Amino acid sequence: MSFFDYLQANWPRLLDLTIQHAVLVLISVGIATPLGVALAVATYRTETPRKLVLAVAGVFLTIPSFALFGLLIAPLGLGYPPAVVALVMYGLLPIIRNTITGLRGVDPSITESALGMGMGRWRRLLRIELPLAWPVIIAGIRVATLINVGIAAIAAYVGGPGLGSQIFSGLSRIGFPVAVNLALSGTLGIVLIAIVLDAAYVALGRLTTAKGIHG
Amino acid sequence: MAENSPATIPVRGPTMIRLEQLEKRYPGQDRFAVAELNMEVPEGEIVVLVGPSGCGKTTTLKMINRIIEPSGGRIFLEGEDVTAANPDRLRRRIGYVIQQVGLFPHMTVAANIATVPKMLGWDRARIASRVEELLELVGLEPARYRDRYPKELSGGQQQRAGVARALGADPPVMLMDEPFGAVDPIQRQRLQDEFLRLQREIKKTIVLVTHDIDEAIKMGDRIAILREESRIAQYATPTEILANPANEFVEEFIGAGSAVKRLTLTRVANVPIGSWPTIDATADDHQLLEVFRGTEKDFVLQLDQQHRPTGWLTRQTAYHRNLPRQPLAIVSTVTPQATLLDALNAMLRTNSTCAVVVDQSNTYRGTLDFDSIHLLVQRDVRKERFSEEGAAPAGEQKPVAESRDDA
Ligand SMILES: Nc1ncnc2c1ncn2[C@@H]1O[C@H](COP(=O)(O)OP(=O)(O)OP(=O)(O)O)[C@@H](O)[C@H]1O
Ligand SMILES: [Mg+2]
Repeated sequence: MSFFDYLQANWPRLLDLTIQHAVLVLISVGIATPLGVALAVATYRTETPRKLVLAVAGVFLTIPSFALFGLLIAPLGLGYPPAVVALVMYGLLPIIRNTITGLRGVDPSITESALGMGMGRWRRLLRIELPLAWPVIIAGIRVATLINVGIAAIAAYVGGPGLGSQIFSGLSRIGFPVAVNLALSGTLGIVLIAIVLDAAYVALGRLTTAKGIHG
Repeated sequence: MAENSPATIPVRGPTMIRLEQLEKRYPGQDRFAVAELNMEVPEGEIVVLVGPSGCGKTTTLKMINRIIEPSGGRIFLEGEDVTAANPDRLRRRIGYVIQQVGLFPHMTVAANIATVPKMLGWDRARIASRVEELLELVGLEPARYRDRYPKELSGGQQQRAGVARALGADPPVMLMDEPFGAVDPIQRQRLQDEFLRLQREIKKTIVLVTHDIDEAIKMGDRIAILREESRIAQYATPTEILANPANEFVEEFIGAGSAVKRLTLTRVANVPIGSWPTIDATADDHQLLEVFRGTEKDFVLQLDQQHRPTGWLTRQTAYHRNLPRQPLAIVSTVTPQATLLDALNAMLRTNSTCAVVVDQSNTYRGTLDFDSIHLLVQRDVRKERFSEEGAAPAGEQKPVAESRDDA
């Protein structure tokens, strides 16, 4: 069967898997973002906690994905939970790092005049620092998303949703004609998700960055 | 260290800010940044803190709105001890302007100016009209600038917007740290002049930091000359400081050429302004020739319909009709608020012997020529008989055989 025939015959299921895959990524990034931003906000002004948080999030990212997914089966079982938890862990570093960079990059004369005008800690953070750091933060979220689009394929190993199952079944059938179609369709779906999400982030970045800040 | 001149000069208005034994020692430093500072700032005056780099001016200023918390002493605002008051609420009563301006780049000029009124819970209509009023006040046409972002303003305009923002909720006090430091000399002079005009309307109590003695003399109703650890070397009016420097440090700090410096004490508005031959831009060649016949000057000033100077016409233009009538540009003008020193600078900058005086709307008022400034300087020199022109450059302690001969 040619690849196009395969797509024609299987597209409803492929579409379903693609959507699952994208949803898995978005859920994990949706959790990693507030978590990462909160950790960054809590630590960006003090050196030791800041370094600690960055180091821990850095370690997460270096754990091989198979190992991490596998380790999470014991406490969390199969399916969504281990997949989401692992992806959140992988997504944290770029988000935390960029949020810290963005917040620390705010011109001190701007925060000083905010302080001098009687803006309290939270107001300064919400009205001044976060909006100014936002372009850098959203770049971090974008990187986290793209990393997770790739890694989410491994989630199929712990029974997670998404296009990983296509690739894994392809790999397990190497030598059979259908193997290439399976793996190729899974891979193409992942590339497609990456492209669409990336474009979405560019648009979102433009829409949510305050006018008056240089791109 | 012995205090030469404690802040005991008589105070004109009621005291707005009082600093009592104020001190600051940064963690890990063995010296004080500010030591035992006692000072009173009278209501409605501009008090300038001036002194060499690192002497503690900024630290002193920032302790008044407690951006830097003092390590000792007390701060009184309108008689109330605010040393331990809620800092955010305190700061909303004190306008704050810094050299880098620090406008919020993601907010429009109007939103920037509205910051404090918003925090104080003013309603929208009141905020909008206040923003309008402030933009007018600092000379930014509201319709044009209200909705711009800071990056769409020039440096001087940003500085004006910064002042408008600091005036947002009409605070009685303004603190300004080198507010005119970040613009070029011509802009700086203009901003200073404008600010003095503004201050005549708003009559705020202002503490202004600078390291430029000329700016201090020009802007200050009173000047506190500070030495290391923010110790007061002299706290007095500019005239008093120039006429009677309290000690060697002050003498060296104000440096040579007090006679010239005193040009800073006189505004263009307060000296007789001369007139110069002028000609209407629409005048024909014949009229131009007539004007030159009636004067010995080699230039006449061309004015437009609204009496605004548009350029210099040379004698050659009048005598050689075939030449196009191309006026030479007027490189710089001075306003009546400018000091004589500004006028002198304008002349030196443009290599001319006279400065064109225009008013706020750029209308021609007259000219001030080099000779009249020269006469004023000479008169002052004769009157005061200063002789510290030969003083050593500031910074070195020199054994002083008192050089003033007051006898
Ligand atoms: N955050 C800080 N930590 C430690 N020392 C400081 C700090 N800020 C200022 N100092 C020191 O305190 C002294 C006074 O500093 P300050 O900034 O008040 O001086 P200044 O008169 O404003 O100088 P300049 O004219 O250069 O702005 C200096 O010796 C400076 O090194
Ligand atoms: Mg300073």
